[in-house]
Amino acid sequence: MGDFYSTFFDNFGDVGSGLWVTVQATLLGGLAAFALSFVLGFMANSRRLLVRGVSRIVVEFFRGTSLYVQLFWLYYALPLLTGYELSPVFCGVVAFGLNYGAYGSEVVRGALNAVPKAQYEAAIALNLSPFQRMRRVILPQAWVQMIPSFTNLLIMLLKSTPLMWLISAADLTSVVQTMRDRTGATVSAYLTLLVIYFVLAYALTLAMNALERAAKSRLGQRDSAGGLFRSRSAELASEPAGGVK
Amino acid sequence: MNYDWKWDAVSDSFPLLIDGFWTTLLATALGSLVAAVLGLFVAMAGRAPTAWIRTPVKALMEFIRSTPLLVQLVGVYTVFNSVDPLTIGIVVLGVHYASYMGEAYRAGIDAVPKGQWEACRALSMSPGRTWRAVILPQAIRNVLPALGNYAIAMFKETPLLAVITVGEMVLQAREYGTTHFATAEVFTLAGLIFLVASYPTSLLMRKLEKRLGH
Repeated sequence: MGDFYSTFFDNFGDVGSGLWVTVQATLLGGLAAFALSFVLGFMANSRRLLVRGVSRIVVEFFRGTSLYVQLFWLYYALPLLTGYELSPVFCGVVAFGLNYGAYGSEVVRGALNAVPKAQYEAAIALNLSPFQRMRRVILPQAWVQMIPSFTNLLIMLLKSTPLMWLISAADLTSVVQTMRDRTGATVSAYLTLLVIYFVLAYALTLAMNALERAAKSRLGQRDSAGGLFRSRSAELASEPAGGVK
Repeated sequence: MNYDWKWDAVSDSFPLLIDGFWTTLLATALGSLVAAVLGLFVAMAGRAPTAWIRTPVKALMEFIRSTPLLVQLVGVYTVFNSVDPLTIGIVVLGVHYASYMGEAYRAGIDAVPKGQWEACRALSMSPGRTWRAVILPQAIRNVLPALGNYAIAMFKETPLLAVITVGEMVLQAREYGTTHFATAEVFTLAGLIFLVASYPTSLLMRKLEKRLGH
């Protein structure tokens, strides 16, 4: 057991770069998913049937298929069809962005619908342009509701990053896996790996909770003091059937 | 597009994929069963009178919920490498999703009105009878949609079992694809099978949720 940890700390640089790949994939994938959520979420609330329809088809497609299959398709099948080779990390970011963007769009759609209609009407009555209406009135209120579900999705994204090991990206899992193969210390290796992911997940949760507090205080809602450390993993994630109502 | 799309690869690989699909379904069904049963025990342990039981259970479940399933699968399989991979897959899937189900059960049990508990007390019902006859039937109604949703999520995560050499659908797809040079066709087909299987199921789940009044 001491064997594993001495290897671990000797090769801390490798662990660091693996960790960096994981963090990169999580943050970039999260950003991509975030952007796509808003695009699809706004499309889903459009008045034009065609726009709504396209959004619905894209969302159901990416929610209804397995992330694993999407990732493998992008890495193995896409190069064959189009001749473009995607690097493993880029593949991961695109796959996570598409998949979790689809789940996120339901969050955005639900949150926008949850803002009372009176807010929309008051904004129209006050002659605010659609852009001002969104930016000044609706989004600040919808945003607060979106954050908990986004936190959940971000944690799920983090937990999906080990898939990149399977398409030969040098992420945290693959680095620790190599070390485990070299030292044969299975239990220590996997426990350490799990603990690192747990710490990452908790760090992300803390950051998102802080974001939520800031957003709430802008609306004049105060959160409890212990709220910063509240774990979101216990809340039901955006589910396939319905999500935020 | 300079790729030679072979339609006969699609039709030839289809039976193999469907074979793997049954394994996928089996893993999902048994995994969901384990998760549903274990989740109930987790929820009840979370309500234990003593913190000696409550705290470790909650901490362990939090840990399992917050860490990747793939790592858990590979870890358990490597440690217990003499056990059949499908069994390991089902157990790990079951335990992982039991940590989610525990929370769903907790929410369902908490949603049962306080008056029900008080009435059972007033009628001198034993704890066993209270749970079996009054609380659980009402709690389960709330829990069923969540169970369905997690089952669908589990179904879409079964390809992870391929990593521990279970012959589910995506593994079959990969093997066929690499030996017959038809990777694009088989992966597309596998993706479509997933879609065809999970989309109607999630529509059904939405109907079920509406009927249960959510």
